[in-house]
Amino acid sequence: MIGRAVKHRDSALWIAAMVHRISGLALAIFLPLHFLTLGLAIEGEARLESFLRWSDQPGVKAAEIGLVLLLTVHLLGGLRILLIENFDWRDDQKQLATLAAALSAIIAFAFLVRVF
Amino acid sequence: MNVRLYLWQRTTAAVMAPLVIVHIAVIFYATRHGVSAADILARTRGSIAWAAFYGLFVFAVSIHASIGLRNILSEWTPLPERRVDACVVFFGLVLALLGLRAVAAVVLP
Repeated sequence: MIGRAVKHRDSALWIAAMVHRISGLALAIFLPLHFLTLGLAIEGEARLESFLRWSDQPGVKAAEIGLVLLLTVHLLGGLRILLIENFDWRDDQKQLATLAAALSAIIAFAFLVRVF
Repeated sequence: MNVRLYLWQRTTAAVMAPLVIVHIAVIFYATRHGVSAADILARTRGSIAWAAFYGLFVFAVSIHASIGLRNILSEWTPLPERRVDACVVFFGLVLALLGLRAVAAVVLP
């Protein structure tokens, strides 16, 4: 009974929907911190610069790569939803979801190469 | 999610899609030689275009994130609907205020 109830979770499209939701939640948690950081410029350029130098640490850069991945995956997942809802139905939904994931990974990897 | 919230969710998503693409491009451009406060502020201070761009971004994301959070809280927590609404309205207002403060910080000369 339970097995049947959760069987849909094997579907690539269920995973795509969950990734979209989790990435959106993570971005919503990150955004206030991002805004607070940029707001440091109110106290002067030196204050923002001091934070940016702190963010040069490898661990922070790794987190930034994760954020670029989250932003890209949420953008492409959202475009997929807008496409499904506003245009003719396509049979290649799973391929679109896979393409969105692959493109996100490529962009995040390109960012990784850039910052390290 | 009712129809009005659904339309706001999808409209803000459609508005933000090109903004996010530009933002990712700016992230790549800004990190080409490492990020510095001087570079960021030289680009943004006194710029009406960046103020409008990021002002719209903050407005759209505050609505979009609040509605998304409302869906998650409604579906994944036992919180009553009125409390969920109060939480996400508070979250949206804080996000909008912090976002506009951030825009002002980097745009105002």
